[in-house]
Amino acid sequence: MSAITEAALPVAGAQRSGSRAWKKLKANRSALVGFVMVAFFVAVALLAPVLPIDDPAATSWSAVRKAPSLAHLMGTDEIGRDVFSRMIWGARASLIAGVISVVMAVALGVPFGLIAGYFGGWIDQVISRVTDAMLAMPFLILAIALAAFLGPSLTNAMIAIGLSAMPIFIRLTRGQVLSVKTEDYVEGARAVGLTDFAIILRYILPNVFAPVLVQATLTIATAIILEAALSFLGLGQQPPAPSWGSMLNVAKNFLTQAPWMAWWPGAAIFLVVLGFNLLGDGLRDALDPRET
Amino acid sequence: MLSYIIRRLAIAVPTLILVSIFVFTLQKLLPGDPALIMAGEDRDPAAIEFVREKYHLSEPIPVQYFYWVKGVLQGDLGVSLRTSQPVLGLIAHKLPVTIQLAIMALVIAFVIGVPAGILSAVKKGTVIDYAANIVALSGLSVPNFWLGIMLILLVSVNLGWLPASGYESPFVDPLRSLETMIMPAFVLGTSLAATLMRHTRSAMLGVMKADYVRTARAKGVRELAVILKHAFRNALLPVVTLSALLFGELLGGAVLTEQIFTIPGFGKLIVDAVFTRDYAVVQGVILCAAAGVILVNLVADVLYFLVNPRMRATL
Repeated sequence: MSAITEAALPVAGAQRSGSRAWKKLKANRSALVGFVMVAFFVAVALLAPVLPIDDPAATSWSAVRKAPSLAHLMGTDEIGRDVFSRMIWGARASLIAGVISVVMAVALGVPFGLIAGYFGGWIDQVISRVTDAMLAMPFLILAIALAAFLGPSLTNAMIAIGLSAMPIFIRLTRGQVLSVKTEDYVEGARAVGLTDFAIILRYILPNVFAPVLVQATLTIATAIILEAALSFLGLGQQPPAPSWGSMLNVAKNFLTQAPWMAWWPGAAIFLVVLGFNLLGDGLRDALDPRET
Repeated sequence: MLSYIIRRLAIAVPTLILVSIFVFTLQKLLPGDPALIMAGEDRDPAAIEFVREKYHLSEPIPVQYFYWVKGVLQGDLGVSLRTSQPVLGLIAHKLPVTIQLAIMALVIAFVIGVPAGILSAVKKGTVIDYAANIVALSGLSVPNFWLGIMLILLVSVNLGWLPASGYESPFVDPLRSLETMIMPAFVLGTSLAATLMRHTRSAMLGVMKADYVRTARAKGVRELAVILKHAFRNALLPVVTLSALLFGELLGGAVLTEQIFTIPGFGKLIVDAVFTRDYAVVQGVILCAAAGVILVNLVADVLYFLVNPRMRATL
């Protein structure tokens, strides 16, 4: 009986801090700006098929490398495709790659972190050493190597980014578990005979949620840059499918003749990444119980 | 002291072994017969036989790994299938270029990031703090390969001030070397400057509240001396240690920067190797990069331990 009342306490507390966090987030102007920026790009990516824009793959030999005009708001590329519609379709590749790779990193990283932190001992040693080893390999170099050996494609780029981001979440979750596992309510739950699985699910996981959410938002920003970098190097989205990274890759060959080809994709990557960074920073401030 | 270093080494060694297993396993990701793929597209029977022999491909996988590690420990990272040069030699040849780029980028990052962080902490909550934070966040969000392209467009194409590509060793022509490297170093240093600014700011905010800073102020020490001598000195240590953790990021960033400015370094080596399917080179580069990161972290940890009186006291 006492376990039930005790159990109710942290949950009620979590709800209170949840609504307080929401209020703080709304009051945080930069987080709001970040949210609006992210929402804008998500909307553009979702609406790409219904927007009244040119076919992003339609080439036109009479309109090669034309500067921005009313007919082509962002100009045309080296084979006469409309840069504006390629930008809009390119948002899909960036956002999908950013979100899916981070979902993958969280889905793999959090369970491993929970196991390592909760059970400790040799299993923790093994998981932690593997995490160290993965973190020792520079993010981008690891992703390049994985993409190289798996073969260049957007899917493989996402797998590579997800795998390289995974250790961040293992380490974060593990640390979080270590700090709550000795709390009285966890000890209490163990004393009344709850299984490890139930304890992890009901008492540990909710404490991991907030920092993982913050980190995931910030990691999406990194993942989007990484996808663009891999596509820029030719290891991500393959032509003719549009992606901001591969557009930049082509654009760098036409800097003197068609500089606008390089302006837009980079500016878009910058803005969407800035949006996720602002949102992530805002979430951190809102969810951090130490800050009042 | 010694026991700490030994304990720290005891962690570094298994990490390195795991990295080597991982790097070795990469070649098993290749679909089909690795000998066929690694020997290249010409399907030269001699090359295929060479790869099969070299990697002991007819043996079981753990035995293959053993042979591979044995070679690595003797400095044999394999041979480039494109140029037939030993991989270690290739890396040793390219590494100084990347190190020069990295050092210049670090200097730029420190010169911009640390003063900006101090200023922003001292002027907390003012327009200066706000502006510095926005600039730092932008520095973290801008893809450095785009920044590089835009700088080439502005500085090289439109203004014609600096060359867009090329490399000269500083030992041959220091001025020309500086001319070709300053823009890439700035590009590589941007995100580091942003990270350093944020770390310096939070470290400074932490120490500015400390008792000894209040005491110094109460004694009537001039504000500038309080900030630089009493606060900054104590804030610097975690900042320097953190910058060691940025070493990996620096190597990763160098890959893109070298690609844009066609600088013949370590990063260009791995990208070129990826496209020529020179897998031994790819493996060699990751292994060296990871070993470098582990070593730098180890040195940073030991140094932190040595210079931090509180940690020395625990002995």
